[in-house]
Amino acid sequence: MDTKHKDAAMSRWLAAALLGAALGVGGCASTPANPDDPLEGYNRAVFRFNDRVDRAVLKPAAKTYDEFTPLPVRAGIGNFFGNLEDIWTGVNNLMQGKGADGLSDFARVVINSTLGILGVFDIATEMGLEKHDEDLGQTLGAWGVGEGPYFVLPIFGPSTVRDAAAKPVDLVVNGGWIQGTMAQEASVAGVKLVHTRANLLAADRVLDEGALDRYTYVREAFLQRRRYEVFDGRPPRRDDDYYSALTPGLVAEASTVEALSLATGAGRVAGASVTPAGQ
Amino acid sequence: MNMSMLRAVVATIVMGLSSLAWAGPGPEDLTKQLTEEVLSAVAADAEIKAGDTEKAIQLVEARVLPHFNFEHMTALAVGRDWRAASPEQRMALTEQFRTLLVRTYSNALTQYTNQSIHFKPFRGRPDDEDALVRTEIRQPGAQAIQMDFNLERVGADWKVYDVVVAGVSLVTNYRASFAQQVRQSGIDGLIESLKAKNAEKVAAQS
Repeated sequence: MDTKHKDAAMSRWLAAALLGAALGVGGCASTPANPDDPLEGYNRAVFRFNDRVDRAVLKPAAKTYDEFTPLPVRAGIGNFFGNLEDIWTGVNNLMQGKGADGLSDFARVVINSTLGILGVFDIATEMGLEKHDEDLGQTLGAWGVGEGPYFVLPIFGPSTVRDAAAKPVDLVVNGGWIQGTMAQEASVAGVKLVHTRANLLAADRVLDEGALDRYTYVREAFLQRRRYEVFDGRPPRRDDDYYSALTPGLVAEASTVEALSLATGAGRVAGASVTPAGQ
Repeated sequence: MNMSMLRAVVATIVMGLSSLAWAGPGPEDLTKQLTEEVLSAVAADAEIKAGDTEKAIQLVEARVLPHFNFEHMTALAVGRDWRAASPEQRMALTEQFRTLLVRTYSNALTQYTNQSIHFKPFRGRPDDEDALVRTEIRQPGAQAIQMDFNLERVGADWKVYDVVVAGVSLVTNYRASFAQQVRQSGIDGLIESLKAKNAEKVAAQS
């Protein structure tokens, strides 16, 4: 990409950010904001900008990569970057006090960098050393730093204020293992970006098919996933008291509907008295 | 004891006995059976692999739907507005949400290639009412994806009421956009927008 394009992209981003800030201020007055997303106006503008960049550049590149890269090559590329990231993952596990996981991550790096030929083959997983996924944002989360408002970054996409603050460190450390000329480092970063995007191609269709509102769908998915990661797959259970087996309906056996409706009638009266009127 | 109570008691006893007589598979076995059946059916079906969404939908409707509790799923997705919905609105919401989910994920099935599913050790007790079955989708060259199934006991059977992929619930992920829609145009507005979304997809696919 030449500098002219970069400048154009930069000024467009600035425009989007300014527009977003304006929308954000305006937005607060009219619609009640989602508590996770006070910056919705700005976020939506950057989301649209990212979407355009994706459609114009990233997605076509990812599709080409997906089409022309044979699976073993692609697996090798994924493993290579994954191996470099395991170092920082291990450090973060140690910082979170998960010593065994951290040591296992370092063992993975040693095994995969040698037997796995510079990380191209993930021998460690075959040997039963599970791959983890940690970063500084998760470590801050484990230390009790709140995630802050949802925050969409240009190009990098969904984040939160906490994770956006931690991200530059992740990028510097994970990218730091590759040393070369500027152009070499940039092309490595480019391959990684396209590889990552290609892994998300299948999710695109779900987003196209399933989302009533793409922006909200992506935001919710990102926040849920992030909380899942921070809690290592065991986030606090969400509230689920809107439905009970006593609700009459499709699942109840015909013979029990009558008995159940007795109970639900009572339940509904009780429900009505405790549910605040302001929905 | 009046007639309806008597009938309820009899029904309960009959259901209790029948669940002893033909108790369905437990949550883990059910999930295994379900995933293996569907994945092998997809692997064997050239048309689905070639992207035939309608065929994938037929497969899902025949093999998967009977084991899901869509009413519970819809309640979870709608959240607190579910309480305010009338029985008719609940039925309509459930029907539209089921259509949306079935179309969306049947389509995803057509992209199934060479992943394999692995079950993690199951920690449930026989008398539990709610169960969590944890699995992992492995694929070459990419990190394994966690896929968890939430099941509940419904009579003699177990039914899935949530699927969580890589930490994202396919159900509660809708809660914010549903709530937003209800705030803007009420529960009927949400039903209408789901109908519109489903109609748009049918048009796009045919």
